[in-house]
Amino acid sequence: MTEVKELTCISCPLGCGLTVTLEGKEVVKVEGNTCPKGKAYGEKEVTDPTRIVTSSVRVKGGILPVVSVKTASDIPKGKIAECSRALKAVELQAPVQIGEVVLKNVCNTGVDMIATRNVRAKTS
Amino acid sequence: MREYDLIIVGGGPAGLAAAISAKKEGIDNLLILERDHELGGILNQCIHNGFGLHTFKEELTGPEYAYRFIEEAEKLEIPYKLNTMVLDISQEGREKTITAMNREDGLMFLKTKAVVLAMGCRERPRGALNIPGYRPAGIYTAGTAQRLVNMEGYMPGKEVVILGSGDIGLIMARRMTLEGAKVKVVAELLPYSGGLQRNIVQCLNDFDIPLKLSHTVVDIQGKERVTGITLAEVDENRKPIPGTEEFYSCDTLLLSCGLIPENELSGKMGVELSRVTSGPVVNESLETNVEGVFACGNVLHVHDLVDYVSEEAARAGSHAAEYIRNWNSGESNEEEQTIRIQTEGGIRYSVPQIIRTGHMEDTLTVRFRVGAVYRDAYISVYCGEKRILHKKKKKLAPGEMEQVVLKKQDLTAEEGLDKIVMKVEEAS
Amino acid sequence: MYDVVIIGAGVTGSAVARELSRYQLKTVVLEKEEDVCCGTSKANSAIVHAGFDAVPGSMKAKMNVRGNRLIQELSEELDFPYKQNGSLVLCFDEQDLPKLEALKEKGEKNQVPGLRILKGEEVRQMEPNLTEEVKAALYAPTGGIVCPFKLTIAMAENASVNGVEFAFDTQVKTIEKTENGYRIQTEDKVYETRCMVNAAGVYADQWNNLVSSRKLSITPRKGEYYLLDKKAGDFVSHTIFQLPTKMGKGVLITPTVHGNLLVGPTADDIEDKEGVNTTRQGLDKAAAMAKLSAPAVPLSMVITSFAGLRATEKEEDFVLGEAEGAEGFFNAAGIESPGLSSAPAIGEYLAGMIAEKLHAQKKEDFQSRRRDIPCVAESTPEEIQALIAQDPAYGNVICRCETVTEGEILNAIRRPLGARSLDGVKRRTRAGMGRCQAGFCSPRTMEILARELKKDPLELTKAGGDSRLLTGVMKEDL
Repeated sequence: MTEVKELTCISCPLGCGLTVTLEGKEVVKVEGNTCPKGKAYGEKEVTDPTRIVTSSVRVKGGILPVVSVKTASDIPKGKIAECSRALKAVELQAPVQIGEVVLKNVCNTGVDMIATRNVRAKTS
Repeated sequence: MREYDLIIVGGGPAGLAAAISAKKEGIDNLLILERDHELGGILNQCIHNGFGLHTFKEELTGPEYAYRFIEEAEKLEIPYKLNTMVLDISQEGREKTITAMNREDGLMFLKTKAVVLAMGCRERPRGALNIPGYRPAGIYTAGTAQRLVNMEGYMPGKEVVILGSGDIGLIMARRMTLEGAKVKVVAELLPYSGGLQRNIVQCLNDFDIPLKLSHTVVDIQGKERVTGITLAEVDENRKPIPGTEEFYSCDTLLLSCGLIPENELSGKMGVELSRVTSGPVVNESLETNVEGVFACGNVLHVHDLVDYVSEEAARAGSHAAEYIRNWNSGESNEEEQTIRIQTEGGIRYSVPQIIRTGHMEDTLTVRFRVGAVYRDAYISVYCGEKRILHKKKKKLAPGEMEQVVLKKQDLTAEEGLDKIVMKVEEAS
Repeated sequence: MYDVVIIGAGVTGSAVARELSRYQLKTVVLEKEEDVCCGTSKANSAIVHAGFDAVPGSMKAKMNVRGNRLIQELSEELDFPYKQNGSLVLCFDEQDLPKLEALKEKGEKNQVPGLRILKGEEVRQMEPNLTEEVKAALYAPTGGIVCPFKLTIAMAENASVNGVEFAFDTQVKTIEKTENGYRIQTEDKVYETRCMVNAAGVYADQWNNLVSSRKLSITPRKGEYYLLDKKAGDFVSHTIFQLPTKMGKGVLITPTVHGNLLVGPTADDIEDKEGVNTTRQGLDKAAAMAKLSAPAVPLSMVITSFAGLRATEKEEDFVLGEAEGAEGFFNAAGIESPGLSSAPAIGEYLAGMIAEKLHAQKKEDFQSRRRDIPCVAESTPEEIQALIAQDPAYGNVICRCETVTEGEILNAIRRPLGARSLDGVKRRTRAGMGRCQAGFCSPRTMEILARELKKDPLELTKAGGDSRLLTGVMKEDL
């Protein structure tokens, strides 16, 4: 059975319109992409969609009360909400370094959550 | 009074890139003035990913992208002052004086040869949108909400309606959802979104948040805190259609209805501003009509991609460096032939607007925006009757900045050329 | 036992309080909102009328002309922005010239000085942006503009410094006549007093009618306005009125003392005494009417729009003085336009009557002067340096549009009757009053408010009551 899906590539801000053709569960064709990332995205999005998740977690004793974080790589789209919930309990102690792991293996995805900025400790 | 070669007003992505490029070209006596408590500008609150694909060939979050530039500026030992507000820029002869203020230094008068304007932009507030209704708490611009959530960890609301589908609005729809709020709808006055397609997919579609095009808020209810808003569909003249009103109960209205370059300082010192971009009119060197004053980033025109801001700002910094070198060697700018870029037929504006061929490199990137959505149309550039550029585009939309590259040889081929025309041509 | 209880801390209540504070009297002002200047006083044309419009012999005429004279002195004594910019009433039709003449005569009867009728071309020379349709105008050199917030706050603050108590968030529930005065019940307290002043704005009829045999009826008359960017502030330099026509009473275009341009108001009678919402029809009407005076009025530069309610009594005059059949109950009711202009005169008039009634003695230590919060945006470099030397917070700009510093915001919070909300800070310092309308500065102002008032940021409000700015912390509902 042939199925055709129209998607917008989110790999970069160009937002190419993709046409993905599936035979059963097999992707046979991706059209409309301008780069190989688009092809890869098209294939993945119809079979196993994933996203990078970005959020913030609390920090104690820092110059800011929160630090921004992200998944070190993409995780299954279905786990976005769960990932956000998992961060609720996390509280870090300043200083926080950019790239520092703030939560290991978030929601058993095998992916770590990492800080995306520095938060210096409050001096006073 | 301290004297500088170059002062950069603003330490966001534009200011940092401009400073770095000027410093690398040997301008050591420079200074960045930043009003916030840290460098990086608005990127610090843009914690989502999608930055840097062009510049670094990888996908970074806003703070990570900013950090790359901050790190480099620190490495180059570029001096900066934080929590410092520039109050005025004036000039006497060729020399500029910047009046700035902070807690430690008090009021400062800083002399400089060149200035890079990199103050960024602000959001259009509710008042400017002229939405009728009450004026309760709970009406925020998307950027203010972004700061409250991402930098301070507070929720500005629990049940949210967003007006405007600019990128910040779309990003905040996802952000608020992931933080536990219910985003009921995103309404857009225009028949198309002002944001990037990818953001509609990953910020709205992923979370089943409806996008209502050709809709606007016609009433805000709630005397103390927002209790609801009324949406209505609009006709082709953007006027609400009676009978289409629909009430949404909510405690928060977020506005993402356009960004306005912050050019109060520029305007006050006599920099000519474009009525379309609200930013300075600049030449190929990103220099304004005021000699030695350059502009880049969102203060020049609102960008979609920070990568382009960085690239543009690096050019501004480099041209400022060149200006300073010429000043030091006693060269002065002579009057010379200039070409005006006239935009018409669907193109709203271009940056730059003016080209001095004598200062032009072999090629020049001209960025522009269109005024409507086009499919399979051409961007054409004419020198008189002669078409020097004809580029096919699958899709053109007002929300997405476009660019063409002009060749110097095309512009110098014709003697006495004083304007070129850029337009959209639809396939016949 | 109080000597005087004043209901309402608007411009009228504050003016009465300030004048009463000259006397050895125990006075309290009860205000249902969280701050002074929260009702009619905060949303109006910010005009000091010359006084030609009021019916000769009316209370409005007397108070307006006297108020116009007092306000200038008062602006120096209490340090609030006021400017005598002169006003023009435009006449667009030769046939209406007699009406313009009649207005001038009325003004002369009211003893308004300096009134002159100008020809169309003279008017356009004074104000080049006005329509060519102007046939003539009535020029009143004593017309002025004032900051209604700062006027009210200045008088209230000065009253407070001179011993008047202020009770905010205090809604009066009932008033009863007692043997030697009145008993006023609020939600959690009872106030016994010898005299009282009813300065309750659109609610003044309600309190009067509880005790007086002469029943009042106050209808809120809504006026909708546009406030334009300072870039449009010099569009006109005088206050531009329109001669009433078949089209209605007309709207004004005026610069404000802070350099913005104000356009409005409409005039629509409504039922809801809290109905301060703007409407599409109202705003469109204000725009259309303003274009009659100046077709190029730059409405694209609007930074906010708002609506205010005039407290219009059915007899259309101020009701001032002891209420019929209610000894010691003094009305300041029906205070609509020119109420702002009249406030200092009303204060003087009523305080005088009350002092006489209570045989009150003047205080010897009355402090007549008050200094406003320093305004960095309007200071000279030397003054700014001096302020920063005194407190470095004056070097830290919080509101970038209006150049308002942390020092000014701290001052606004710490002074007598200090700000407790975002709007309170805004009205005292202009932080958030500029073109971005608090987009950038509100989180920072909130931080300062929380720190100074030792409050959880979640408790902070825009304007008291349930106007909370934040609903919680991130992820709490996940």
